[in-house]
Amino acid sequence: MKMNLMMTAAAGALLVGGLSSAAQAEDLTLCWAAWDPANALIELSKDFEKQSGNTMHFEFVPWPNFADRMLNELNSGGKLCDLLIGDSQWIGGAAENGQYLKLNDFFDANGIKMADFIPATVTGYAEWPKGTPNYYALPAFGDVVGWTYRKDWFDRPEIQAEFKTKYGRDLGVPATLEELRDIAQFFQGRDIDGKTVYGAAIYTERGSEGITMGVTNALYNYGFQYENPAKPYDLEGFVNSDGAVAGLEFYKSLYDTATPPGSSNWYMGEDIDAYKSGQVALQMNFAFVWPGVESDPNVGGGKSGYFANPAGPAGQFAQLGGQGISVVANSDHQQAALDYIKWFAQPSVQTQWWKLGGYSALNAVVNDPGFASSQPYAQTFLDSMAIVKDFWAEPAYADLLLAMQERMHNYVVAGQGTAKEALDGVVQDWTKIFTDEGKL
Amino acid sequence: MSLSPLTRVAAATPDGIARKIRGLSDRTIAWIFVAPTIFLLLAVNIFPLIWTIRLSFTNFRVNRPNNAVEWVGLENYRRILSDPTVWQTMQATAHFLIWTITLQVLIGFALAFLINKKFRGNDMWTTIIVFPMMLSPAVVGNFWTFLYQPQIGLFNYVVEFLTGADPASFSMIGDVNLAPWAIIIADTWMWTPFVMLICLAGLRSIPDSIYEAAECDRASAWRQFWTITLPMALPFLMLAVLFRGIENFKMFDLVVQLTGGGPGNTTTLTSIDLKREAFEKWRTGYSSAYAVMLFVTVFGLASIYVKALNKVKER
Repeated sequence: MKMNLMMTAAAGALLVGGLSSAAQAEDLTLCWAAWDPANALIELSKDFEKQSGNTMHFEFVPWPNFADRMLNELNSGGKLCDLLIGDSQWIGGAAENGQYLKLNDFFDANGIKMADFIPATVTGYAEWPKGTPNYYALPAFGDVVGWTYRKDWFDRPEIQAEFKTKYGRDLGVPATLEELRDIAQFFQGRDIDGKTVYGAAIYTERGSEGITMGVTNALYNYGFQYENPAKPYDLEGFVNSDGAVAGLEFYKSLYDTATPPGSSNWYMGEDIDAYKSGQVALQMNFAFVWPGVESDPNVGGGKSGYFANPAGPAGQFAQLGGQGISVVANSDHQQAALDYIKWFAQPSVQTQWWKLGGYSALNAVVNDPGFASSQPYAQTFLDSMAIVKDFWAEPAYADLLLAMQERMHNYVVAGQGTAKEALDGVVQDWTKIFTDEGKL
Repeated sequence: MSLSPLTRVAAATPDGIARKIRGLSDRTIAWIFVAPTIFLLLAVNIFPLIWTIRLSFTNFRVNRPNNAVEWVGLENYRRILSDPTVWQTMQATAHFLIWTITLQVLIGFALAFLINKKFRGNDMWTTIIVFPMMLSPAVVGNFWTFLYQPQIGLFNYVVEFLTGADPASFSMIGDVNLAPWAIIIADTWMWTPFVMLICLAGLRSIPDSIYEAAECDRASAWRQFWTITLPMALPFLMLAVLFRGIENFKMFDLVVQLTGGGPGNTTTLTSIDLKREAFEKWRTGYSSAYAVMLFVTVFGLASIYVKALNKVKER
């Protein structure tokens, strides 16, 4: 009888425990872009599901529609996403419109320190207003534009000899953008293994953000600045400086002389396809593609090399990509979403994230002595993250981006007007937008 | 004795409901049947239209829920009419409309004329010709993007075969001068079969007796075409022009897939521009005014055209 009572009590306790854990278990939906890192995140999140008892659902949208779909969701007050890994430029609008939860108190309560993350990612993905300790996201995926090149082609003696004869220097990783253009032009139309190949796949896409994410890598390094550092929103002479004009002319010359025919509307997907199919010697792309390059049977396994965006006359910078993870203010599962962020911020999880192909932004991971040699592209990632600059993250970022897209595509691809006219046009458009916003 | 379906329904109707219905007039019952449709129309067509018109007089932006919405009168309309980009997109749309309709009507009518002749394999050819219009515009857009690829695209190789030009020397979707033609060719390929089907219906509605009488009068084939075939098929042709005109004024998916509106703004049609204003820049008030102006334009032109069509039919 005593035994029976004990067993009944134990079963009751188990039942109560089970019920209690079932009552706490929640369905969480995480929204992000549909790309390779998202698949890695599904794998990673299995550990969170096991630990918390919550069930993770994922809503991944292809990049060309990602901003449309997710901003529609935020603006309409939708409840689809509990967690959103949104683009860095959305932070201003989402913070000012109360669409993301402010995370300062949560970070303080759980010992999460922004000083533990790569500074550029904190500024780029988490802060609003920029430069202030107001956090609306945890840096989730560090990303930056860099270059991939066909190391196996570069290493061929006959190609090296021909390059040296033509340019008087060895064929290797370019130190400057000018050198990069020389290399791309050298490969343009060249016959390799009976196939015509081209110089470089660069960003030229018109519809979303492609050409802006590409052209800024030349503009920054030639002297373009978004505004007067001493006077916010003062654009004249900074956006359209002589250096910026030279940078834009450089990008157009690269497009005109060293890219595959028909590459007038290319972004991440088209660039990686061109590179993997052996059409081009060089590829401009965000770092997220590098694990895929390395594992590709045609171009991986040592056939490719990686380098940070080369310097220009005004310095060496690269366009920041990547995203932070935020809790959607409209979510009905805010506590569970915060639990996910708390779990995700742990060093052990961040280490695993890097191993699975996600670019951790945690200092403990990237400063680990073994990090630089852990992957062939790891050092390039570190070098690139040290030189990043980002586009505007203002609430009006979409207007600013679309104006830039139109002016850049009109000049670089359509060949209309001059570089000076294009950048003067950007100043004109942006000034009007900031005036409408009440910033000027 | 078998009961009629009506009697069976009446018998199955519960007494309470039957008593209520018994007192209703035919007109009331008719309204009960029509009411759900009217309600749906009001909810999904009329209300959004009125709401859009109202928003067009404000500075509302859907992504700024915390900002005060101000009444701006006709300011949005003034800005649209003085915006050079809008006029540029109007020109691009007009170019696209005129050429697609012209080509589709000419080719569609010619195909219908040929298919209307009785020959072996007639049905098979009709099915093959109609195939493109069964595809999704997004699929067609992707498909033609590959066809236009300078390195691997079949289109460039056909041009090389015909003219000797190097296929890698031109890019249909990357060249400012060629891109408007690239979207016209793709749309014509997709929608000519639709025009052909309408024309075929017109041609098949012409009684054989008229041609027999013309032959008795020794009218030549050319004269029969000009005096019988074309005038009698004209209302159908005009109907095809109306359908294609309205559809192509709203053209979006195919062009977005093919060119994204580029190079530059070369193929940015009004619908693409409107979408950017409404769902990328989130200028809701401005884009509502833009949508109202496009609606009035299409509605006005279509009304004038329908009147002309009716006159042709009366002849």
